[in-house]
Amino acid sequence: MQLSLWTYEGPPHVGAMRIAASMQGVHFVLHAPQGDTYADLLFTMIERRDSRPPVTYTTFQARDLGGSTADGFKTACRNAVERFRPDLLLVGASCTAELLQDDPGGLARTLELDIPVVPLDLPSYQKKETWGAAETFYRLVRACAGSAPRQGTPPRASCNLLGPTALGFRNRDDVREIAALLAANGLDVRVIAPLGARPQDLARLPEAAFNIVLYPEIADTAARWLQRTHGMPFVSTSPIGVGGTRDFLREVRAMAGLDADAVASAPDRLSWYSRSIDSTYLTGKRVFIFGDATHAIAAARVASRELGFQVCGLGTYMREFARDVREAAAGHGIEALISDDHLEVEAAILEARPELVLGTQMERHIAKRLRVPCAVISAPVHVQDFPARYSPQMGFEGANVLFDSWVHPLMMGLEEHLLGMFRDDFEFNDQAAPSHLGSAKAAGPETTLPAGSAALPHVDDRMKVATGQAAGDATGTAPLAAPAAGSPIAVAQDPVLALWTADAERELKKVPFFVRGKARRNTEHFAAANGIHPITVETLYDAKAHFAR
Amino acid sequence: MNQIAPSSCAPAPTIRQRGQHEVFCGLTSIIWLHRKMQDTFFLVVGSRTCAHLLQSAAGVMIFAEPRFATAIMDERDLAGMADMHDELDRVVARLLARRPDIRMLVLVGSCPSEVIKFDLAKAAERLNRQHAPERRVVSYSGSGIETTFTQGEDNFLAALVAEAPGAGAAAAEGARPAALVVAGCLSDIVEDQFARYLAGFGLADVHFLPARHSRATPVIGPQTRYILAQPYLGATAAALESRGARRINALFPLGEEGTTDWLQAIATAFDVPADRVEAVTGAPRRRAHAALAHHRPLLAGKRVFFFPDSQLEPSLARFLAREAGAEILEVGSPYLHRDHSAGELALLPPGVSVSEGQDVDLQIERCRSANPDLIVCGMGLANPFEAEGRLTKWSIEFAFAPIQGYEQAGDLAELFARPLRRQGLLTDLAEPGEGRSCS
Repeated sequence: MQLSLWTYEGPPHVGAMRIAASMQGVHFVLHAPQGDTYADLLFTMIERRDSRPPVTYTTFQARDLGGSTADGFKTACRNAVERFRPDLLLVGASCTAELLQDDPGGLARTLELDIPVVPLDLPSYQKKETWGAAETFYRLVRACAGSAPRQGTPPRASCNLLGPTALGFRNRDDVREIAALLAANGLDVRVIAPLGARPQDLARLPEAAFNIVLYPEIADTAARWLQRTHGMPFVSTSPIGVGGTRDFLREVRAMAGLDADAVASAPDRLSWYSRSIDSTYLTGKRVFIFGDATHAIAAARVASRELGFQVCGLGTYMREFARDVREAAAGHGIEALISDDHLEVEAAILEARPELVLGTQMERHIAKRLRVPCAVISAPVHVQDFPARYSPQMGFEGANVLFDSWVHPLMMGLEEHLLGMFRDDFEFNDQAAPSHLGSAKAAGPETTLPAGSAALPHVDDRMKVATGQAAGDATGTAPLAAPAAGSPIAVAQDPVLALWTADAERELKKVPFFVRGKARRNTEHFAAANGIHPITVETLYDAKAHFAR
Repeated sequence: MNQIAPSSCAPAPTIRQRGQHEVFCGLTSIIWLHRKMQDTFFLVVGSRTCAHLLQSAAGVMIFAEPRFATAIMDERDLAGMADMHDELDRVVARLLARRPDIRMLVLVGSCPSEVIKFDLAKAAERLNRQHAPERRVVSYSGSGIETTFTQGEDNFLAALVAEAPGAGAAAAEGARPAALVVAGCLSDIVEDQFARYLAGFGLADVHFLPARHSRATPVIGPQTRYILAQPYLGATAAALESRGARRINALFPLGEEGTTDWLQAIATAFDVPADRVEAVTGAPRRRAHAALAHHRPLLAGKRVFFFPDSQLEPSLARFLAREAGAEILEVGSPYLHRDHSAGELALLPPGVSVSEGQDVDLQIERCRSANPDLIVCGMGLANPFEAEGRLTKWSIEFAFAPIQGYEQAGDLAELFARPLRRQGLLTDLAEPGEGRSCS
C-alpha cells in the first residue's frame, strides 16, 4: 500500500484510452464500475477535444456482482459495435473489473463480431498509464500489421512516424514540425500513428522501410516488434533542441540511404539568441529537470549544451526508462532521481537549490511554493499546456519555443543588471509601486507605514527595514509574498527573523529581491549545517562563498 | 408567504434506464467535504484510478496539501488479506505523523476495496482503539458500485450519525438532544445565512451536519427534528430516523420559493409566529426577487434538458421553471428519493420527463432530438455538445458553488444565464465545426 496525494501517471486503462482516442475507427469497451468515466474529461477538458473519446464503459454496480457482470459486458460490446460501427474493437478491464475475473477477451470472442477484436491485459496493480498506452499500441500494431512477410522491398527513404497520442504533451505540433522537416529532407512519411491513424493504416506499417519513434515511452514496444517481425529498423533519437534535431536528421538520412551530412536544416533562432550578449547571464544557472524520460534527457542536453546552464538535478517518474536517465545524469556528473513520489522530488529540488526548474505540472507548483522560476517540459500537464498557438517542442521551431519558454521565467539580463545597479533608486527598489500605476501605493507592506508615507514611492528601502518590514523573502512579488504585517503569516515568520541579527537582516535586504529568497535559504541552510546561531553579516558572506561554485 | 400550488396533472412516468452512466462516483464528494471539516482527513483505500480521479476532480486544489489522499493498493496487498490491515496501519501511522493537526480520520471505501471485501469498518474500529481519544476514526463507502457523486456525502453523514451519541448515553452525561439538525453540506457563507435566520426565529440548539469540526457532532434523540438542506441524503435521513429524529418536509432551499418554503417549514414545526418569519425573511426575499428579475428575460421560455449528476436536478428544474420561466424538457437524476423529492416533482410543469439512472447514449439521442436551448450536463459531455453547436452548462458547479438561500438566488440564475449571454456575445466567430480542422 502506498500513500499517495498526487500521481504522475494514471492507471493503465487510461493509457489504453489515450491510444483509442488517438485513432479513427477504433472503439474501446472498458469493463468498469460507475465513475470511471471521469477519464473522459481529461480528453474533453484538458485537451479540449470536441467529441467524446471512443470508449464505452460497462458501468457495473454492486447489485450486479452476483454474476451478471459478464452479460453486461457482452451487451455493452454488442451495443457499441452497432452504434459506433468501428473498424476494430478494443476490450479491456479497469482495476475493479480486473478483480472480478470476467475475461473481456474471451467474452468478446463468444460474440462472433464481424470486426477484429483486440483484447488488452492491463495489470492495474502493477503498471501505470504510459505502460498501458505502449502495450495497447503494440497489441494494435500486432493485430493489424500481422506477421505475414512483407511484399517486395520498400523504397529506402520511406518511413513511419510512431508515438504521438491524444493527451501527449505538444504531440499535435511536434508531428507537424517533424513531418515537415522529414519531407524537406527527402523522406516519404507513410503512416503517422497512433495519432490520426485508422486500423488499416497500421496494417500498412510494414510497407515503409523503417520507423521513426518520436516518443519511445509509447512506441518502443511496437517498434521493436516491427523490427523483429518485419525487419524494420528504427530511429529513436529525440529531435528536441538544435543539436538533437540535427543528430536526428543525420541519423534518419543515413538510414534512408541519403547523404547524412547534407541535412536540410530550417533556420532556428535559439542558436543566435543564446549567443547574443543578453544571454550571458544564463551562464551556469542551476537547473533542475524532472519529467518523462525522453523530455527530461533532451531538456538536460539543451540546457547544458545550448543554453549554458548547469544541470543540478535530473530525474524521471518512469521506472521503465530509469536506465537511460541514469546514464544521461552520469553524463552531467550527477545522480539521477527515479521516483514517482512528488514529496521526494520536492526534497530533491530543495537540496539542489536550482535557479530554474524544468518539470511537469507538479514541479511547477513545487517551484511556485519555493518561488523559483519554472517552465513545463513534460506531461502530466494541465489545460494551459494544450495551447491554441503552434508550439512544438521538437525540431527547429521547437527549439525556438524552448528558448522562449525557459528563459522568460528568468529575469532578462539587462533587467537584472539594472535592478542591481539601481537597487537603492526609488524606481527600482522592491517596495516601490509599479511605475505604470503612478503614485499609487504598493500592495501589502506599505500598509503599516506611518500615515502619509505610503503615498510616497521614494521611501528609502533601509528605512522600512528599520520599521520591521523585512519579513517577506521577496516582498516585491506581491500578493503571495507580501503578507500585511500583523497577519498570521507575518507572525509565523517572527521565529525565522530571530535567527538573523539586525545587521545581517539589513545586509540581506541589499541583495536584489529576486535572488534574496535563495540567499536567505542558502544562508539558513549553511548556518544550520554548521550550527551557527544567530546569522551575522559574516555568516551571510561565508555562505555566499560556500555556495559560489 | 407563498402558497405552493400542486401541479394540476401528474408528471409523466419516470424513464428508468440502465447502461453506461456518465457520472462521478461517491469519492468525488470528498473534494467539498474536506474543505468543510477542517480537522478531518479523508483517506481513500483504493487503486491508482481512485487517486487519479480525485486528482482530476480536485484540479488545482491538490497542490495545496489537501486533507485527503489515497492508500493505493498494489499486488502485494491483493495476495493475502492479513497483510493488508498491517499495511493500512502503517500508512495511517505515516499519515498521522505527518499531519498531527488531524482530529478525525475517515477511511473511505472504493470499488476495489469493496470487491475484495476488505473490511474497512473493522479497520476503523481497530484504528479508533489505537488513536482514541485524540482522534476519531470512522469509515464509509464512496465506491462507484454503490454511490453516485453526492451519495458519497450521504454515506459519510450517515456514518457520522451512526457514531453520534445517542439520547440515552448523552442524558447520563447531562447533554440534551439537538432541537434541530440541518443535514447536508453547505458553503460556509450559506450556512451562516441560514444560522442567522434560524436565530432570528428564536431557535436555539440548531446543529448543522456536517459541522465544521469533528467534535461538534450533535446528540440525536426522539425530541430532535431534522430538515434536509440537500436532496441526496436518503441514508442520512434513515440513520437520523433510526435514532428517533423526525423529518421536517419541505422544498430544498434553492431559489426564492424553495428557500421560503424551507424556512417556513421549520418555522411551522417550531411554532414561530408569522410576523417574526416576515421580519427575518422579508428583506432577503425582496432582494432575491430583484436579483432574479435581472436574469429572467434571458431565461424565460428557454428549453432546458438536464442530464443526471447530483440529484439536485429536480430542484434546479423546479427553480428554473417557476422562478425564471424556463421550459423543462427532461430532468435526469442518478437516483430519485420518492419521499424527499415529492414536493419538487409536484411543482414541475405537466409533461416534463423525469429519468432515473442512465443509458448515456440513448439519453444523448433523446437530447439531440429534443434540441434544447440549454443542456445541463457533466464535463465529459459538455464540449462535445458545444462542438455540435449546442449550448451547455456544466453541472458539477452546482455541487461546489454556493447556490442555496436568498442571497444566492441571483447567482444560481446567473449560472444558467451565462452560457446564453456568452452565445450572444461571440458573434464574429466561426460556426461550430468550421474552425476545428486545425486540431
